[in-house]
Amino acid sequence: MNTLSCPAMIDESQVILLAHGSGGKHTSQLIENIFLPAFSNDTLDRLHDGALLDIPSSQIVFTTDSYVVQPVFFPGGDIGKLAVTGTLNDLAMCGAKPYYLSCAFIIEEGFLQSDLKRIVESMKREAEAHSVQIVTGDTKVIERQTGTNIFINTSGIGISMVKDPIHPHQIQQGDCILLSGDIGRHGMAIMAKREGLEFSSPVISDCGSLAPMIEALLRAKVEVHCLRDLTRGGLATALVELAEAAKMEFRMTEDAIGVSESVNSACEILGFDPLYVANEGRFVAFVPKHQAHHALAVLKEFDAGREANLIGEVIGRSMFPSAILHNSFGTERYLYRLAGDQLPRIC
Amino acid sequence: MKYVDEFRQSALVKQWADALHAITTRPWTMMEVCGGQTHAIVKFGLQALLPKEIRLIHGPGCPVCVTPVESIDHALYIASIPEVILCSFGDMLRVPGSYTNLLAMKARGSDVRIVHSPLDAIKIAEDNPNKEVVFFAVGFETTAPPNAMAVYQAKKRGLKNFSLLASHVLVPPALEFLLQSHDNEVQGFLAAGHVCTITGYRHYHRLVHAHQVPIVVTGFEPLDILQGIYFCVEMLEKGTYAVVNQYQRCVLEQGNVSAQALLEDVFQVVERPWRGIGTIASSGLGLQAQYADFDAALRYPMKETMPSQDNGCISGLILLGKQKPSACPLFGKQCTPETPFGAPMVSNEGACAAYYHYAKRDCFIEERML
Amino acid sequence: MCLALPGKILAIKEEGDLRMGDVDFSGVKKTVCLAYTPEAKVGDYVIVHVGFAISVLNEREAQSTLDLVAENKT
Repeated sequence: MNTLSCPAMIDESQVILLAHGSGGKHTSQLIENIFLPAFSNDTLDRLHDGALLDIPSSQIVFTTDSYVVQPVFFPGGDIGKLAVTGTLNDLAMCGAKPYYLSCAFIIEEGFLQSDLKRIVESMKREAEAHSVQIVTGDTKVIERQTGTNIFINTSGIGISMVKDPIHPHQIQQGDCILLSGDIGRHGMAIMAKREGLEFSSPVISDCGSLAPMIEALLRAKVEVHCLRDLTRGGLATALVELAEAAKMEFRMTEDAIGVSESVNSACEILGFDPLYVANEGRFVAFVPKHQAHHALAVLKEFDAGREANLIGEVIGRSMFPSAILHNSFGTERYLYRLAGDQLPRIC
Repeated sequence: MKYVDEFRQSALVKQWADALHAITTRPWTMMEVCGGQTHAIVKFGLQALLPKEIRLIHGPGCPVCVTPVESIDHALYIASIPEVILCSFGDMLRVPGSYTNLLAMKARGSDVRIVHSPLDAIKIAEDNPNKEVVFFAVGFETTAPPNAMAVYQAKKRGLKNFSLLASHVLVPPALEFLLQSHDNEVQGFLAAGHVCTITGYRHYHRLVHAHQVPIVVTGFEPLDILQGIYFCVEMLEKGTYAVVNQYQRCVLEQGNVSAQALLEDVFQVVERPWRGIGTIASSGLGLQAQYADFDAALRYPMKETMPSQDNGCISGLILLGKQKPSACPLFGKQCTPETPFGAPMVSNEGACAAYYHYAKRDCFIEERML
Repeated sequence: MCLALPGKILAIKEEGDLRMGDVDFSGVKKTVCLAYTPEAKVGDYVIVHVGFAISVLNEREAQSTLDLVAENKT
């Protein structure tokens, strides 16, 4: 198959048509001109219905996620980068080394081909940076509504790097809760673009792969009991869900949770609580107390982990599992799940 | 954030909490009027710093909670009209009307947009000359002047496709209503600092002397609230009553004169029902006759009002501090933040939502122990 | 009700007949209507609610509030 891309064949003003999703000539052109140049590997290049994979273990971790973010391009990334790093992060949270991804696109008629190319290039960069191959995929085109929508599903296969599963049921009384960095960047980067907020130091999404930090923790023989990446619903939601899954009580110190000045100001203005704002490159880890200091040192070796901090501890089993936040006044509040997304408020 | 963080310093807050403990000798019941103050009390856990003798009742100063169902239903009706863009502050989107809410209408295809300023709605009208833009104007005296400016600008610019659905409420009539009720237990008030930034507080002197209750104009940060409670308790302990201004960095006794001037030009005092409470005389703002062309209630009259439904919600009693949310038979069962029966369960600063999230655990443990 | 925050006026301009300010809220910049604070000038802090300045923050009073000591402090 000729995978050379001739510039004349990709007109910047060309858009995605319904025909691109119908499996005929247009679909083949799209694959040849956009997908293969970016994702080419021996498995994908066969362009068969399924990918035959050589997996050197029976401890396979399999995950899937779909990405629908708007706007598709935001400070710090785009939907393509998110589609790769998000699924790599799900594998990492299970203690798995990522190997293969599948990638399915649902694109709206009218979507700019140049934007698709930009998104695909972004996916290629992330996949290559983490030595992951995209081995199978699909493209569908739906009828035009606004012409700006693209939805991506990525499924990931990884191999477990741990003997004992990393899971909320492994959380133990006395465990320390570590947070890998400051919170609220991704959600506020998106809101800033949507609401036209102007920053003196722009908020950049924290969108990124957590796999290198997790692999480093495991190589350093840190006994990781549980991991959770913070996505929609923010730190608070993750902690509440884990407390309920583990049937434990967690206590966190509010002052230990880092929020940048820009994120904090934007949250104050919109009436948002940073604890509930989305992240895409942060996680919490539950490790034994005697290893907390060592684990933090490992994380701080990474740029993305330089602000890692100890934010709390696991008190123990509770008949009312809760995530409780202590503040500097010496009072506490119980974290809870929001009913729906945060909406900007004036009250 | 400058001029915010300084008023959240824990050392200062604890000093005032200690001072409050030192002067409190008997039980006192106070009301913080403003929902923003309720939000701060709950968010920072300030109740736990107070002497146990002090009972704080969360007042009705939450536009989300008190905007009448009829107004929400009218907004929903207008949103259903195909050529309309309905602009609203985010707070109102989940508040239930008789049958649905604005967020659900948006999901079903209505053009409902969140704005951060009433001038955004003006801009939307200018950018969409073929659409009708209706701004759902709710709030207390703080929000009324910005909303008034939008109507004033619309008239000045000759905008034909902009109108306002006004549902403003006023604080002093609500306080008067509370103080006149025979079973009122509130002995002192923390008045809403930002409302007073607009209105001033001259009119509170009459209330204070007629009912012999101290009123402290209070800000919104933890230090402000602790100071406000302290000044109020100090007067109660001495048996004195007066209007005291704690929020001096923002509030002048005469208030904001230029805002008051435009308010008088654009709005007039009208009757207004308060959700769950009923009609309070002269407690609302509606558009003056010279702005009738911009009145969405006239432009899009409701053909029929929804029959009022008694779904068992006792929000009125809760908003006036006469019942705790946990006393409501629906609380925590049929009525939750995901399935709210009334507005105080929807709002961030509603008493029911606050109880659900923060006091539920204590209710749960009590139930287990019975 | 009434979420209102203090911000510093960086610049003032006219938009039509409205006096508008570029206001900085500790790193976030927004355009704010200054119609109700005709006395506000560049460098002042204003309290902003729904995109309108409702008051010029009195910095001296702010400091007084911080410095105030309760009479009966233990």
